[in-house]
Amino acid sequence: MVAKIKVDKLTVRFEGVVAVKDLSLTVESNEILGVIGPANSGKTSFLKTLNRLNELFPSSRISGQVLLDDADIFRQVEIQELRRRVGIVFAMPLPLPLSIFDNIAYGPRLHGIKNKAKLVEIVEQSLRAAAIWDEVKDRLDSLAFKLSGGQQQRLCIARTLAVQPEVILYDEPCSGLDPISTLKVEDAMRQLKQQYTQILVTNNVKQAARVSDRTAFFLMGDMIEIDETARLFTTPKDKRTEDYITGRFG
Amino acid sequence: MRDTKRAERIAFALLFAATIVVITPVMIIFILILIRGLPALTPEFVFGMPREGMRAGGIFPAIVGTIYLALGTAVFSIPFGILAAVYLNEYAGRNPLTRLIELAIINLAGVPSIVYGLFGLSLFVAFLGFGSSLLAGSLTLAIMTLPVIITATREALSAVPKSFREVSFSLGASRWQTVRYVVLPNAIPGILTGTILGMSRAAGETAPILFTVAAFYLPRLPQSISDQAMVLPYHIYVLSTQVPNVSEKIQYGTVLVLVLMVFVLNIVASYIRSRFRKKKTW
Repeated sequence: MVAKIKVDKLTVRFEGVVAVKDLSLTVESNEILGVIGPANSGKTSFLKTLNRLNELFPSSRISGQVLLDDADIFRQVEIQELRRRVGIVFAMPLPLPLSIFDNIAYGPRLHGIKNKAKLVEIVEQSLRAAAIWDEVKDRLDSLAFKLSGGQQQRLCIARTLAVQPEVILYDEPCSGLDPISTLKVEDAMRQLKQQYTQILVTNNVKQAARVSDRTAFFLMGDMIEIDETARLFTTPKDKRTEDYITGRFG
Repeated sequence: MRDTKRAERIAFALLFAATIVVITPVMIIFILILIRGLPALTPEFVFGMPREGMRAGGIFPAIVGTIYLALGTAVFSIPFGILAAVYLNEYAGRNPLTRLIELAIINLAGVPSIVYGLFGLSLFVAFLGFGSSLLAGSLTLAIMTLPVIITATREALSAVPKSFREVSFSLGASRWQTVRYVVLPNAIPGILTGTILGMSRAAGETAPILFTVAAFYLPRLPQSISDQAMVLPYHIYVLSTQVPNVSEKIQYGTVLVLVLMVFVLNIVASYIRSRFRKKKTW
């Protein structure tokens, strides 16, 4: 296993309030790392540090080190390049007010791809990889808002894939979806495993159990435990982890 | 139960009465202008030169002057207003300096228009030596309109959901790319509406053009931006106070033309707004 992301003593504050406390962990190449924990446990703040989206909030303060392929993301990687390499899928499906095609082509166009044939190819590949091609291939010109919630979310995954990232972050990607759409999104994630490193923040403990290779449990900004998913769910070391995964709180 | 019903009836009556009180004067003014001014609207009146000391003939130079002045105002105020609004809304951080700028803009919107007129007189006409000219008048009106355009543009920009920006940034877009491809396209209709309303206000102003461009009597069309021009609002003022024995028909006709011009601009603005509402997908 090769380490893709190394987080060392990461602390994130918003307006002085600590969201993530002294976090150190390693994300392996091509794994799906699940991150579970109740609300306000710092999962999303951790996630949005990895592509520096937290910095859109002027009140955020970040200390510690994050390495992507051994390069410091705050000092050695250019921010737009970082965000291209580390894509994110948000909690709610957020299509741009454009056609399906233009949604997917938005990222590649930003990065200078203008050739129409090339764009068509990228759009098809991305939609196939996100397991939505068959559902939309006949109406690429219609507005993305016309798709159902689950389709929109897979569209967003495809849009993230279109800039050829190396890491994909998911911020509770199925929180607004019905169970069948959820399964489709999870299938898409499994298929993406060979090519991408994925981090899945989820409120749904069972989803982490189904999808992730390893799982980390966050509580109030602390990482309580991280382990192989099977082990964490059968023999958690910490009492609080056990209470959470068995549904006694959270 | 009966009390609720009665309260409901009283509330309805009060609200309805207030609405009637508000729109009645506007309707009376408009109908009066229409009835008395319409007979004057002949081709000769609209496209002719004034004659006999403005007591006869047409008002064509004043119409053209008003259009030129509105266009000049647009040329100076729209680009600067929109760019400044984009800067304030999308680039500038929240700090005391930007807050001071915002406060200044709000206060500029409240400055009486005669003050802008005197400012234009001293800066553009006298100090910069433009003289009383379309250039000086346009610049004066532009400065007066800027706060309106900046405020309208900022509102339109703020109405674009934050999440669109976040998506764009998350795909590796720079700030300018985000503004150019996501924010502006979705804010354009709102910006257009606000801008047109600003123009229509500028077209009807008298005080700022009094010393900066308006000609008392100039029976020819302006030839260049350094020419003085006749302008409708000032022409109305002149007809009603400075020239004796002007027929009522000509006065009302002139007023009607100005009102119609402003009216058309406002209708265009609300057309854009309603069209956009129907097309809007978020």
